[in-house]
Amino acid sequence: MLRGKVPDGIAEGKVGFNCLCLGQTCRVVCVDPSGGVSCRLMEMGLTPGTEFTVTKVAPFGDPIEIDVRGARICLRRVEAKEISVEKVS
Amino acid sequence: MASQQDRAALIALVGNPNSGKTSLFNALTGSNQKVGNYPGVTVERVTGKMRLGDSYASVVDVPGLYSMRPVSVDEEVATEVISGTAAEGEPDVLVCVVDASNLERNLFFFSQTLGAQAPTVVALTMTDVLKSEGRAVDDRKLSELLGVEVVPVVSHKGIGLDDLRSAITRAIDEHRLPEVDMGFPAIVREPVFELHEQLARAGIDVTKSAVREALLDENAALNHRLANLPEFVTAFSDRRAAILGNAATGKTLDAQARYAWAGRVRKEVMNEPGVSSRRASDRIDDFLTHRVFGLIVFAAVMYLMFQSIYTLARPLMDLIASGFDWLKGAVSPLLNGHPVAQSLVVDGVVTGIGTVVTFLPQIVILFFFISVLEGSGYLSRVAFLMDRLFGWAGLNGRAFIPFLSSFACAVPGIMAARVMPDHRSRLATILVAPLMSCSARLPVYILLIGAFVEPKFGPVVAGLSLFLMHFVGLFFAVPILWLLNKSLLKGKRLPFVLELPRYQWPRLKDVALTMVSRAKVFMKTAGTIIFILSIVIWALLYFPRSQAADARYQVDYTHATQIQASGVTLDKYVDGRRMADSYLGRFGRAIEPAFKPAGFDWRLTTAILAAFPAREVVVSAMGIIFDLGGDMESGSSDLKQAVARATWPDGRPLMTIWTAISLMVFFALCSQCMATLATIKRETGTWKWAAFSFTYMTLLAYMTSIIVFQVGTRLTG
Repeated sequence: MLRGKVPDGIAEGKVGFNCLCLGQTCRVVCVDPSGGVSCRLMEMGLTPGTEFTVTKVAPFGDPIEIDVRGARICLRRVEAKEISVEKVS
Repeated sequence: MASQQDRAALIALVGNPNSGKTSLFNALTGSNQKVGNYPGVTVERVTGKMRLGDSYASVVDVPGLYSMRPVSVDEEVATEVISGTAAEGEPDVLVCVVDASNLERNLFFFSQTLGAQAPTVVALTMTDVLKSEGRAVDDRKLSELLGVEVVPVVSHKGIGLDDLRSAITRAIDEHRLPEVDMGFPAIVREPVFELHEQLARAGIDVTKSAVREALLDENAALNHRLANLPEFVTAFSDRRAAILGNAATGKTLDAQARYAWAGRVRKEVMNEPGVSSRRASDRIDDFLTHRVFGLIVFAAVMYLMFQSIYTLARPLMDLIASGFDWLKGAVSPLLNGHPVAQSLVVDGVVTGIGTVVTFLPQIVILFFFISVLEGSGYLSRVAFLMDRLFGWAGLNGRAFIPFLSSFACAVPGIMAARVMPDHRSRLATILVAPLMSCSARLPVYILLIGAFVEPKFGPVVAGLSLFLMHFVGLFFAVPILWLLNKSLLKGKRLPFVLELPRYQWPRLKDVALTMVSRAKVFMKTAGTIIFILSIVIWALLYFPRSQAADARYQVDYTHATQIQASGVTLDKYVDGRRMADSYLGRFGRAIEPAFKPAGFDWRLTTAILAAFPAREVVVSAMGIIFDLGGDMESGSSDLKQAVARATWPDGRPLMTIWTAISLMVFFALCSQCMATLATIKRETGTWKWAAFSFTYMTLLAYMTSIIVFQVGTRLTG
């Protein structure tokens, strides 16, 4: 349930939000700022280069909670698709 | 820009959601608060008065913001207050609440408020939380770096409030505008420098920070000031386009530069020995958002809340009702000999006030729970846990609370829609919540199921049908939500990005203030409307009344031997005739043809109309119109028999099983509840949505009951 397939169009090493699982630490690689959600996520501290950890997955698999800059933010996987990340650990 | 001397200073309290802003507002203003709406939208406008030296200043509690670039109506309203483009004018001072435990993100927002060109004071909150985690902030250093006074406050203990007051006074007196160099790259720094020079040459004195914000954000305050100076409008917009047009960094540059700056500030002011240990809050959260236990706890919390509204409020409501009954009994004899005045006071005024007051226990109890859930941080977890259930409808998991509350009563349910984070989802919730089967529908179900289902099919089917009736509204709510999203409330989906704040003990003062302010808001606005409508309905049921008509009814009674034989007294007969001939009764007769396809005659139609003040009134209205008097209980066997005996003029029985089901379905879906409509008016700020709600629900009820009656009657021959 937690691991989707890597969507097309995302280069090797980069993954989308839909394939992150619990406990994963990641770094934001690039953000497509045309989407409303990614703009808000940047404003909340998810700028390129920022590391974050997936701290929680909701009982139904979505949304997920991440720890970014010490704050816990919850977001929907589908909505965060404009952000690509790379796994750190 | 200078503070005007002829009015009280205006203080705008701004900051991130969950930063402790509202607690600070409560601490500063106490019970000196006023709750209203921003014109035309469901966004709440909370203002208060606070002591400032020898005088008072007015404080606006600006809705929480993550950014000065709004994506929703709520955020738009909030940014307008800060920029000074809202109705109340430019704030004399911004008190920017900065949560020390979330320093970077709060500084990001602070950096954007520099565009407002207003003297600023930072209130530093959550320093006590930080301390408990072994961390500390150097507030003097922070003040140096931000160029404004920084005052640590612990609102619930009253710590720092006096310092904050004097810092505010100094900020107003000195009118020093904040200036922060955030180390933006040259692509921004150079045009800022040029534009600043250009403005200075034109005699416009502004800070570089304000120029920078105006350059990066077309809605910043300075842009509004320069709107009628075309040379500057183009100068700014050309340079803005150049920055945004830079493919490599354009759109991410702004946020990246601010966070880089915020990160540097944090490093300098924060004393964090080692990696902070796992927070206590996380351990609680592991349990409360666990995929098994989390859902169990959630179900238990919701059950407790619902049961409390349902059962705890009940005795209080009964007490209020009997109090008003006593009052009626006490007032009535004083007006003997003045029948119109007597009826106006007893059945109109006292009943109307009684109706309003009866809602208070539910509202107060519900808002006790909501403010505890909100203050503790659990409300955000509700959104997290239940997101999947509501996400498809453009709502989030918090919608669970207004919907659940609406099963007790739509009035508190609609008021609870304020837990929804944005105008659109709040409106969707408000429009659909009244479809939930509230407790006022219960007496109608009990009467009709008791009279028509139970005798025929036995208690098991009766119980089951009562259970099923509670789902009729829910069944329609789903497609209606979908339709609303596709039509009226169509638009760009708002990003669902939610913060899950640390768990905290809810503060008694904040909880109490919420309960009081909700009760006050309801009494003042919705209450007034409900009261006026009660009087109108009373008048429609009372007039026209004449002694001649009464005499005629009495003569008719002496001739109606059959009615006498069935035990109907003269008084009850006259009451029934009076209702039938009242304006409302005449209206009921007039629209009988429209309701005939649903199986209702003019008596049922009139009873439905008379139930507009509240659904449960239909039982006593039916009592009167079937000549049994108004003191009817829904379980009364007299009423059941009278209703079952009633016939159409041609002798066919009026009530078949399908008429009963049709009537129940009508009541499940219709909008016969003026309190609900008055509350919708209050919460949305306009009659438009109340009218919309009434229209769609009435049409839905009307059409569904016709379909049920016609199809049902045909199926069973």
